[in-house]
Amino acid sequence: MKRKTRQRMRTVCYHLFTIALAVIVFYPVLWLIASSFKPQSEIFANAHSLIPSELKWQNYVQGWKGFGRTSFGVFFRNSFLITIISTIGQVSSSACVAYGFARINFFGKRLLFTCMILTMLIPSQILMIPQYLLFNYFDWINTWRPLIVPSFFGVPFFIFLIMQFIRGIPYELDEAAKIDGCGRFGIFFRIILPNIVPALVTATIFSFYWKWEDFMGPLLYLQSVELYPVSLALRLFSDPAAVTDWGAMFAMSVASLIPVFIIFVVFQKYLVEGIAATGLKG
Amino acid sequence: MKRILRSDHFAGYVFIAPWLLGFFAITITPILVSLYYSFTKYDILSAPQWVGLMNYETMFKYDYLFPQSLKVTFMYAFTSVPLRLLFALFLAVLLSQKRKGVGVYRTIFYVPSVFGGSVAVAVMWRQLFGVNGALNSILTSVGAIDRNIGWLTGPNTALWTLVALAVWQFGSPMLIFLAGLKQVPYSLYESAMIDGASPWQRFFRITLPMISPIIFFNFLVQIINGFMMFTQALIITNGGPFNRTLLYVLYVYRKAFTDYSMGYASALAWVMLVVVGVLTAVIFKTSSYWVYYESKGE
Repeated sequence: MKRKTRQRMRTVCYHLFTIALAVIVFYPVLWLIASSFKPQSEIFANAHSLIPSELKWQNYVQGWKGFGRTSFGVFFRNSFLITIISTIGQVSSSACVAYGFARINFFGKRLLFTCMILTMLIPSQILMIPQYLLFNYFDWINTWRPLIVPSFFGVPFFIFLIMQFIRGIPYELDEAAKIDGCGRFGIFFRIILPNIVPALVTATIFSFYWKWEDFMGPLLYLQSVELYPVSLALRLFSDPAAVTDWGAMFAMSVASLIPVFIIFVVFQKYLVEGIAATGLKG
Repeated sequence: MKRILRSDHFAGYVFIAPWLLGFFAITITPILVSLYYSFTKYDILSAPQWVGLMNYETMFKYDYLFPQSLKVTFMYAFTSVPLRLLFALFLAVLLSQKRKGVGVYRTIFYVPSVFGGSVAVAVMWRQLFGVNGALNSILTSVGAIDRNIGWLTGPNTALWTLVALAVWQFGSPMLIFLAGLKQVPYSLYESAMIDGASPWQRFFRITLPMISPIIFFNFLVQIINGFMMFTQALIITNGGPFNRTLLYVLYVYRKAFTDYSMGYASALAWVMLVVVGVLTAVIFKTSSYWVYYESKGE
């Protein structure tokens, strides 16, 4: 009996402690959402409060109007277009390359594979200047092309992830398809692709997140406001030339996180498994 | 001809063609070209002018912002990454217990990392730590301070706001550690308990060594990422005050796209590449002292 109460005490302590920690960690997110509903006067007076005196939807209406003649409708459309096209490019090209590396023996494969792994270690920011000059030479500045075209060259991280998955598919399946008259492409489309759907979903989620959040790319390459994605547009709120509408800024910040959050809720399982797998295997 | 087209060699290259093309077009060639630019003076408008080692000489002899940004970047990476991993490990151990509601807690703790590097979070952080922000408001209401502190404008606090943001996003390593903890064989704990090992001993003698390869891998990857921090630094403090948060990539960006000194910025980027390379090698070399590998490999 005594032991049971002690155990119960421990359970209560555990939950109290974890909940307290969760409240601290989660507070900034709640605060951002609360601030997006606060009237301007309340944002800085009693700033830490999580309960606005009135729910001010006006912030969202005002924020959505955007800047000049460009509304957030345009920014969101831009973000979705850039992100979706890039994601399709990254995932499809990575799947192709992963199949080539995982299943076909060709001349120079080991060397090329090593090269690919090494490029994973090169931080993309090192390439910022020469790539800018290259795209400048192509006259691609102030278009979406520098943001989209490189996506079709495959992403080493995804290639690696998908390869691990392909290796788990029994080779006998390939052989059977070959006997039935399937060529390399037939095997890829009919055997491999249907079997690596979980890996493709994981890659799609990551790709979507990274592209949606990408700030440096648009910052370097886009000049016209009407081409801006949401990430870059948010920065316009802190334009020193204008008086900042804090409520609108918070409102649009929250809006920009909604697609990310929806994907998280729907695909949580894939995301968690993907992170665990990639972080463990190295 | 038909034989070549049907061979595995050809098929292999067809499948890896996207990556191979990108490797040459937007990775290797640009890297080599930037090496050339690092020996030139180049402002985009006029043709690059060969200046030999001048950029590197300027960097190491006269440019006080170069050592400053290196110092700031090292400080940032080597405080934020260990703190984040420590926090992640602590929560992973906490949430690895078989109790009710653990799944819900895991989700709550992971959400901040979902929003990760987004501009919205950076904007939020700036307001949270602003002079009239929530942190000062909380501290005032509990009576810890009597006047607002400029966290972002104080030379000694600005960098720590960025470190705090990095630590706050501990979600991914937490999930990785959680998965790693599950793989530690339970039999090890059992025999340790029979031998009378305390929970602390079990943690330091079994858990920690068993997941040290995972810690090592995450440490390496995140240090490299820490060196490349840009978005949040630009939005939250933009290098200030007094260049105390002038992270390296931010400095390269300014040199290249504000001053249009493409040659000098290329030299800066190359030094970065070497620093990251050396660092990676050093971390790998020291790993044998603190990473435990099971003899049978994975």
